[in-house]
This record gives sequence, C-alpha cells and structure tokens, in this order.
Amino acid sequence: MDLDYSADERAFRDHVRGWLRANLPAPMRDKVVRYAPLDRDDLLGWHRILAGQGWIAPSWPREWGGTGWNVVQRYIFEEECGYAGAPPLIPFGLAMCAPVLLEFGSDAQKRRFLPRIYRGDDVWCQGYSEPGSGSDLASLRTSAVRRDDRYIVNGQKTWTTIAHLADWIFCLVRTDAAIERKQEGISFLLIDMKTRGITVRPLPLMDGRHEVNEVFFDDVEVPIENRVHDEGKGWTVAKYLLGHERMNTARIGTSKRELERLKAFAAAQSKNGAPLTDDPRFRDKLSRVEIELMALAITNLRFLDQLRGGRVPGAEVSMLKIKGTEIQQALTELMLEAGGPLAQVLGPADPVDIGAPNDDFLAALAPRYCNMRKTTIYAGSNEIQRNIIARHALGL
Amino acid sequence: MNLDPSEEQRLLAASIERFVERDYAFETRRRIVASSDGYSQDVWRTMAELGLLGLPLPAAYGGFGGGAMDTVSLMEAIGGALIVEPWLATVALGAQLIARGENDTLRELRDEQRRRILPAVAEGRLKLAFAHAEAAARHTLAHVATRARANDGGYLISGVKRAIPQGACADLLVVSARTDGDDSDVEGLSLFVVERDAPGVAFTALRMLDGTRAADVSFDEVRVPAQALIGAPDRALPLIEEVVDFATALVCAEAVGAIKSANDATLEYLKTRKQFGVAIGSFQALQHRMVDLAIEYEQAKSIALLACSAVDTGHDAAARSRTVSAAKARIADACRKVSQESIQLHGGMGMSDEVKISHTFRRLTAIAQQFGDADHHLARFAALS
Repeated sequence: MDLDYSADERAFRDHVRGWLRANLPAPMRDKVVRYAPLDRDDLLGWHRILAGQGWIAPSWPREWGGTGWNVVQRYIFEEECGYAGAPPLIPFGLAMCAPVLLEFGSDAQKRRFLPRIYRGDDVWCQGYSEPGSGSDLASLRTSAVRRDDRYIVNGQKTWTTIAHLADWIFCLVRTDAAIERKQEGISFLLIDMKTRGITVRPLPLMDGRHEVNEVFFDDVEVPIENRVHDEGKGWTVAKYLLGHERMNTARIGTSKRELERLKAFAAAQSKNGAPLTDDPRFRDKLSRVEIELMALAITNLRFLDQLRGGRVPGAEVSMLKIKGTEIQQALTELMLEAGGPLAQVLGPADPVDIGAPNDDFLAALAPRYCNMRKTTIYAGSNEIQRNIIARHALGL
Repeated sequence: MNLDPSEEQRLLAASIERFVERDYAFETRRRIVASSDGYSQDVWRTMAELGLLGLPLPAAYGGFGGGAMDTVSLMEAIGGALIVEPWLATVALGAQLIARGENDTLRELRDEQRRRILPAVAEGRLKLAFAHAEAAARHTLAHVATRARANDGGYLISGVKRAIPQGACADLLVVSARTDGDDSDVEGLSLFVVERDAPGVAFTALRMLDGTRAADVSFDEVRVPAQALIGAPDRALPLIEEVVDFATALVCAEAVGAIKSANDATLEYLKTRKQFGVAIGSFQALQHRMVDLAIEYEQAKSIALLACSAVDTGHDAAARSRTVSAAKARIADACRKVSQESIQLHGGMGMSDEVKISHTFRRLTAIAQQFGDADHHLARFAALS
C-alpha cells in the first residue's frame, strides 16, 4: 500500500498546478481568497477559461467534451482548483443538469443543452426545495398539469441559489397528484427563466448577501419536450442527481488553502504581546482541525480508490459531506475567533456605504462565518446524510 | 438560600415584559436597526420612564441603588428581544465608572461630576460609552497606548480607540488613557470624561455583526480639565476591572435571555415543522439535541446568576474576577452551541435574515467574544484559581 500519488499522478498534478498558476486570473483569485462576492462575470469568466482549455467537464463522456480522466485525476484537478483559489464553478448546469441529461435525456435534449452548458452560455439553477419540502423532498407540491403539448406549472420553490442570475431552472414538479406513493407522481422539467409567469424574489441571508431566492410559478407554460425522462420518473432522476451533488463536498483543496490562510492570519494577530499562534489554547484548536483534515484527505482518497473500478458511490459520499462541511465550518469559526473583537465590525454605518463592497478582510470574517453555517444544511442536511449512512451503510 | 425574586424584582420583571411586548416586537427592532441612528430615542425615553436607566445607579444620584441581581430580568429581556439601545454602554459601563471612581484629593469635584452626569443618565438625557478598546489590546484590559499628558493644569489626550460599543450615539465618553508607563503596564492608567464634541475628537460610526452600532474614536491633543479625571490618576485599572466584571456578569444574564429566546424558537419549530408526514421533533436524533440545548440554558442561567451575585457581594477582587471569568467562559460555550444548533435545527429557515433566530445567532456570536472569549476567560479563571 502506498498513500502517495504515483509518478504519473504526481506529473498530472504538477501539470494542472502549473496551468492554474499561469491561467487563473489574479483579480479572480483575489476575490475568492478575500471572501468578496462573486458576480456572474466572475463565475462564468472562470467557466469559460476552463472550457477554452477543454477542462470544464472532465467527467462527461469524451464525445461531449469530457477529458477521459479517471476518478483520481478528476479529484486531483478539483483539489488543485480549490487549493489555487479558483472561483467555484456553478454546479447546477455542469455537475447536476448535464449528468441527468447524459443519463436520461433524449438526443435532442443533449444536443440542445449540453454544448451551451459546456461553453457557459447559460446559468442554471435548481428548483428542488419548497417551503414545505426540505429534507422531505418527495413531498413537493409544485404542480405541472398537462395541456396538449405543454405543462402548466404552478407553485413555489425556495432557497433557490442564484435564481436571480439564472437563465434556466431544472425543477421537480408533481404531474400526478392522485398517485398514492408520493415519489411516483413527480417529473423533471427544464424551464426557461424568461417564461411568463415566473417571479424571483430575493431571500436575504443573515450575512446580508443576495444568494438565494424564492421562485414563484404562476401558470407557467413549459413545452413537453422540456421534460427529462418519462412522466412520473422525476424521483429516479432526483435520486441519481443527489449522488452527483454530493460527490465533491469534502473540498479538501479549499480547506487546505483556508487552513494555510488561517495559520498566517492568526500568526499576524497579537495576544498578550505574542502571536496568537503561540497561545496553546488557540494552537490546540488549530491543530485539531488540521489533523482532521489530514485524515479526511486520505479517507477521500480511499473512497476514490474504491470507485476506480466504476462502482457507483454510496454512503461514503455522505461521510465526506459531513466531515468536509464540519471542517469548513471549524476553519471559518477559528478565523473569526482569530480576528478578535474587531472582526465584529461589518463596516461603516454611513448609509452610502451599506451594501458597498468591503475590501477589509477582517470585516469579511463574520459574514463568512454566518454564511458557512449553510454548508451543514444544504445539499442534503448532515442529519439526512447520517440517515443515509445509518440505513445504507450500517443497515440500521 | 432564597432563590425567589423579591417583590420589587418581580414587579420590575413584569413591567419589563410589558414594555418589550408593546415596544420591541421583532419587526420594530428591524426598523430601529435600519434607522439612521441605529437606536430608538422613543424606546430610550420609555426605558428612562420605567426607571431602567437608573436601576443600578446610586440613590443619592437619581438611581435606585440596585445591584447586578436587580438587573437580571432587564438583561434577560434585552437578550430575548435583542434590544440595541445603549443600556449596557451607558449604565453598566460609563455610569458605573463615574459612580464607583474614588478620589480622595478631589472629593468635591467627584461629587460635582456625579451630580452633573448620573441623574441625567437616569433621566435619559445623557448617553455614555466607555472608550477603552484599542487595536492591539484584544481582550487585555491593561493594554492602553492612548496617552494623556499633563498640560496647563489639565491633560492633553491623544490616541485611537477601536469599535467602541455604542460610541456612535454617546454624548459623553469615558476615556482610558495612559498618564504613565508603557502600553501594557498595569500601573499608569487614568480615566477621563470627554465631551463628544470636544475639539480633536473624531468619530467613525460602525455597523456591528449583532445589529448594534459602534464607533472608532480618535483623540488628537484633546484638552480636558483636571476635573475630567475619574478616580485617582495612574491607578484606574482596578476600577476598570471592577466595572468590566460588573458589565460582564450582566452580559452573561443577557446571554441567558438570548439563549432562552433561541431555544423557545427552536422548540416551537421542532413541534410545528412537518417533514415525512410528522413533526420533526418526533425524531429522536433531534429530540436529544434539543434536550442538550435545554440543559445549556439551565447551566448558563446558573452560572450567570453566580456571576451577578459575585459582583454584588464580592469584597475580594480576585474571587469576584474568578467567578465572572468562570461564568463568561461557560456562557461563551453555551452561546456557541445554542446559536449553531438553533440554526442547524431550523434548517434553511435559520439562515434567513427575515427570521429572528438568525439575529439571535448573531447576538450570541457577539456575546461569546464580548469582554473576552472563552479562551481568555478560561486562562483568567485558571490563573486566579
């Protein structure tokens, strides 16, 4: 057994690392590491740079632009991007809608949507959660009633990330309200956000940023050719997609970068006239997170190794999501703690400054801490992940 | 032992409860936080009329002569309703420093100072702030680089104070400055009353994580008369520690109110939010977590009461500080656990700015580090043990 990458894998990593160094624009990286808000141009800008290199969709089949990398190479690539401070890619098109289309879509749907997703022509968002349906996703109520060659969609989605920037939304809708097993009356629709009857309302989060929305559907007409898979098969699609959503949540590379940042930041803070990193209480907490991250990095590789043969990931990804998000949160919490009393300052009270971008790293720490609480809630809360492990891995 | 509140304390608690219900609904608070002043003058007036601004001030100067124990119901209400008005800065810090500072050589001047300021505080006419914290100080009270140089029978103050709670709206500042020694010496600190509009004082108003306002305040050769001194020159640190201990004990009680509010909201959510056809509170995994939060509340309440009692009765400064640090270390842990768990148990709803729990989360996060975080108070507790 050898826990190190092979010579080939190391060469691949060095190649990716070198390319990132040369091609990740400094202003983009700067925004990421300062926790500054990323706009549509930042997110799509990086998408298009990767698309130009042919690296935007490594896991897709080669005919649609995939790189042919194996799971370890794909992991190395993602971790290097995170470690380098590349903007996160919007997952809704690339990592969620596209795999669904590749698995269940018609040829016409693939030809229509995949090249646009690849190039970053459209921003996608995900219409899953509803006010009454969070962890219990299958209880969703947004209805789609068939009328001739279209569906008439009515209802509401919530917590819809970047709906305000999106061109398209993929939605789980109820096409059969009468069926007894609630999972069986659900279908999967692709909806153009410009369609009449769609209203997007911002849902401000506690960090003050506009990231998620409520999306209202009022007699929205959706052509029948925008349904993916058969009518009533939406739950099959959703389950397939949830596996994909949880594939990359450990974020080892990003957390390694944040850990380095935290160490440097804490060393620059003074406590009783010495660097904060000299304080044994703080140093112990820092060390514990680092150790947990060291273990998780290997856990992640061990799970990947098991997938090399092409096995579909199971409960392992739930473990990666739980530990990965706990580490991300611990890092942001320690960063806020390191910032001390002055990290409680959000910015000047002068109204003209409210909402203006704040360049002060210290002032970004508290909103960041607030924002990162979402990670243990989104993409299947960590409670749901534990249920999955209990049921599917442990047989409880 | 008598754990029952006195008749007066019971009446006060009832009147505070009515005030909060009537004047401080969450939507009202939202408007107050968003207003240009960041606090409500109407609410401040009401607090004065209810006698809340004079609660722990000496009876001889317009107050009610109460101690920390008498403020518990008020502090819990401030925590529960997330009241942003400058009560703690004005009454528990600024006014306490003025009320408690002793100076044998300037006894008459001291009385004049108290007569001029304390009744006006009780009546709601003066708001105070304690301009003490500096950039490099973190939580160390002795660390003061601001200097006060004797000059022409008075003093010239120069330095920069950072993120002074409620500094934005204060009429008078109690400023700590070094009249002797190096930045971290325990000797050589003095306290001065400085008018808001004194020449050389400059403010930058700040928004804080918990919705309150603060200010960076700079002093550029600010001239104050000798009568501006509070207590004895060069020996202010014991007074600062005493008053900060007092305010810390009160903030612990405030945390208890915020924790209660968070737990009530979370429990209600567990009982009413339905997923998989049942209330999520029927899931044992969540029940046990809610139980742990209920236990956090009880432990927090107990240690806060212990701290309030210690600052009221403690003649031994070390014993008092030790108990206050015990409380603050424990309360900081409770703040962290309760705030994080209440967001998690609320799910996405807990992340929303439109729901009170996310604001309670922010206040609890702020309290966890206010007057020193858990590590600071653990170290202080251990050092005093």
